[in-house]
Amino acid sequence: MSTVAEVVQEKKSEPLFSKKNRKLLTHPLDINNPITVQVLGICSALAVTTQMKPAFIMAISLTVVTASSNVAISLMRNTIPSRIRIIVQLAIVASWVILVDQVLKAYVYDVSKQLSVFVGLIITNCIVMGRLEAFAMGNKVGPSFLDGLGNGFGYGIILMIVAFFRELLGSGALFGFKIFESVGLHYKGNGLMLLPAGACIIVGIIIWVQRALNGYREG
Amino acid sequence: MENLISIGVRSIFVDNMIFAYFLGMCSYLAVSKKVKTAFGLGLAVIFVLGVTIPINWIIQNYILTEGALSWVSPEFASVDLSFLQFIVFIAVIAAMVQLTEMAVEKFSPALYGSLGIFLPLIAVNCAILGGSLFMVGRSYTLGEATVFGFGSGIGWLLAIVALAGVREKMKYSHVPGPLKGLGITFILVGLMSFGFLSFLGFSI
Repeated sequence: MSTVAEVVQEKKSEPLFSKKNRKLLTHPLDINNPITVQVLGICSALAVTTQMKPAFIMAISLTVVTASSNVAISLMRNTIPSRIRIIVQLAIVASWVILVDQVLKAYVYDVSKQLSVFVGLIITNCIVMGRLEAFAMGNKVGPSFLDGLGNGFGYGIILMIVAFFRELLGSGALFGFKIFESVGLHYKGNGLMLLPAGACIIVGIIIWVQRALNGYREG
Repeated sequence: MENLISIGVRSIFVDNMIFAYFLGMCSYLAVSKKVKTAFGLGLAVIFVLGVTIPINWIIQNYILTEGALSWVSPEFASVDLSFLQFIVFIAVIAAMVQLTEMAVEKFSPALYGSLGIFLPLIAVNCAILGGSLFMVGRSYTLGEATVFGFGSGIGWLLAIVALAGVREKMKYSHVPGPLKGLGITFILVGLMSFGFLSFLGFSI
C-alpha cells in the first residue's frame, strides 16, 4: 500500500503533463524512437506491415501491453528480487498478452488469424522487455505509464508509415480500399513490396530520411 | 526419413527464421558486428531452439491441447488449456535458458566467458518463442519438431554469420552519413533476403 500512497503524493506535487512527463510521451515519437533509434521490436515491424489494418491492430495491442505491464512492474519494482526479475517480467507480460490475444480472437477474428504468431510474439518483443528493464524497474507508476504509451505510439507511427508504403505500392490499396482503381487508374501491384525484403529496404530508407532531418549520426 | 530431411532443408534455407519471418531481429542486428561473437550467439540459439521445441511439443500435446489430459483420467477429456500456451512456453524457454547458463558456467567456464552475456538474452529472442508457436501451428510430430528446431537454429546461425561477415568488410566503404550504421544494415538485410528468395524454387 505504501508505494501507492507515495505515487498519489508524487502526482499531487507534479502535474501529470509537466514538461518532464510530456517528454516521456513525445521523445519516443522522434529522437528516441523505439524502432529507428533504440533498435527494438524490429521483428513484428517487418512482419505485420503488408497491410495497414493488421499493422494498426498490432500497434494498438503493443501499446496496451507495454503501458499496462510498465504499470504492473513499476508497482512491484521494490519487491522483485533482481536475480529472477526476467522471469517475473516475462510472466506479467505473458498474462497481458493472453488477455489481448483473447480479446482480438473475440472481436476481430480475421485480423487475429492474419497476425498469427505475432500476437504471441509481443511477449518477446524487445520494446516491452526493454522498457521494463530500462524504465519501469526504476520509476514511479505515472511516468512508467506515460513511457509505455509513448513508446507504443512511437512503434505505431513507424508501423503505420511502413504499412502505408507497402500496401500502397504493393497492392495499390489503403486499409483494403483500392485507391488507384477508384480514381480510374490501372495499377499492377509491385510484388517486391509485399515480400519481407521490401519491408527491410523501406525501414532502411525511413531511417535515412529521419536521420537526415534530425541530424542523428552513428559511429 | 525423406520427410525429415525435407523439413530440415526447408527450415534452414526456404523458411529461414531471419530472411522469411524476421524473427530474432533485435539480437540479429545488435550482435552482428563481429563474426566471432555472432558465431557464439548462433551456436547458443541452435542449442536452445533444439531443446525447447521438443519440450514444448511434449507439453502442448500431453497437457495443453483439448483432450490432451485424457491420459490422466477420462474425466479430463474435455479440458482445453490452450489459452495458457504463451505463458507456459515462455516459462519453459526462460527456465531452459537459465539451466543452460548454469550448466555451461559449471562445466565449461571458457565457453561461458565468451558466451556469457548473450545466454540470458536468448530467453527474449523472438526466434525461440516463434519456433515453438510455428511448431504448434504446423502440427508436426515429435521427430519433425526436433528436426525443425535444429534446422531453424542452423538457419539463424547462417544468417547472422553472413551479415557479420559483410558488416566487418563494410567498415572500409564510404556510406552517406545519415545512412551509416542501422540504415545501411537494414538495406543490406533486405538485399540478403532477396538472395535467400532464390531458395524458394527448391522443391523437395
